[in-house]
Amino acid sequence: MLEIGLSHYLAVAAILFTLGIFGIFLNRKNVIIILMSVELILLAVNINLVAFSVHLQDLTGQIFAMLVLTVAAAEAAIGLAIIVVYFRNRGTIAVEDINLMKG
Amino acid sequence: MIIQALSFYLFSFVAIASAVMVISARNPVHSVLFLILAFFNAAGLFVLIGAEFIAMILVVVYGGAVAVLFLFVVMMLDISFTELRQGFLQYLPIGGLVGIVLLAELLMIGGSWVIAPATETVRSFPAPPIDQVTNTHAIGKILYTDYIYLFQGAGMVLLVAMIGAIVLTLRARPGVRKQKISDQINRRPEDAIEIKKVQSGSGI
Repeated sequence: MLEIGLSHYLAVAAILFTLGIFGIFLNRKNVIIILMSVELILLAVNINLVAFSVHLQDLTGQIFAMLVLTVAAAEAAIGLAIIVVYFRNRGTIAVEDINLMKG
Repeated sequence: MIIQALSFYLFSFVAIASAVMVISARNPVHSVLFLILAFFNAAGLFVLIGAEFIAMILVVVYGGAVAVLFLFVVMMLDISFTELRQGFLQYLPIGGLVGIVLLAELLMIGGSWVIAPATETVRSFPAPPIDQVTNTHAIGKILYTDYIYLFQGAGMVLLVAMIGAIVLTLRARPGVRKQKISDQINRRPEDAIEIKKVQSGSGI
């Protein structure tokens, strides 16, 4: 219990990942919270990568955590830009109203 | 050792609690602030495990850039967020079911695997001992040499994201009187002034 090992970090990451998935289900209408849940999922992935990297004493995992961070930042910027443009055109960001391409 | 364990439990508890608040807060602004708290505590976990560089990057990139971006957008959009929360309880059972199943699966995986003994020999970039080379130094040594193409690729991803965000949100509004400096500089006297001979005693 007091000896903090790899499995403790993996458990925290698993809980954060699950909370991210749960948040997507829970806030089906609010696309901003969905984006935040995606950020939580990516954080859980980063915790996994770094925990394995430290445990196996291989720095590659930390490099990959950095790349995941980069992609997450880019994704947040593009996603929020799309939300702003959509709000400007339609006046709403409710997810169930976004069905222009439904046919 | 006991301090390390206590810090781990503190950081992980606050991170998980604020993640719960992120997905359940009524006000999205509070969600963003709890997201920042979750990222700061994850950075604390990274410092605890010995990955200082990733921890600092996490604070700078998420606390400084992404969270502020979220805050900016949440405050800029004029939306009634209470409307968006309708159906919150409707999705609770299915979401909870999926979440519990997923968590049980993940924890079962976490409890049942073993690391192959051969992993010691196939490490691609073994971490040097921490008392000789710091974490940041070690990452820099391989990031700028062996991973230079991935590093440049990450830079390109950010550049494309930046240009994409600007192109998406830029708009030319009609009817706005704006100073066009190039037009002002290019204006010649011939365009602006017309010289007329006026005979005395009559108008133009």
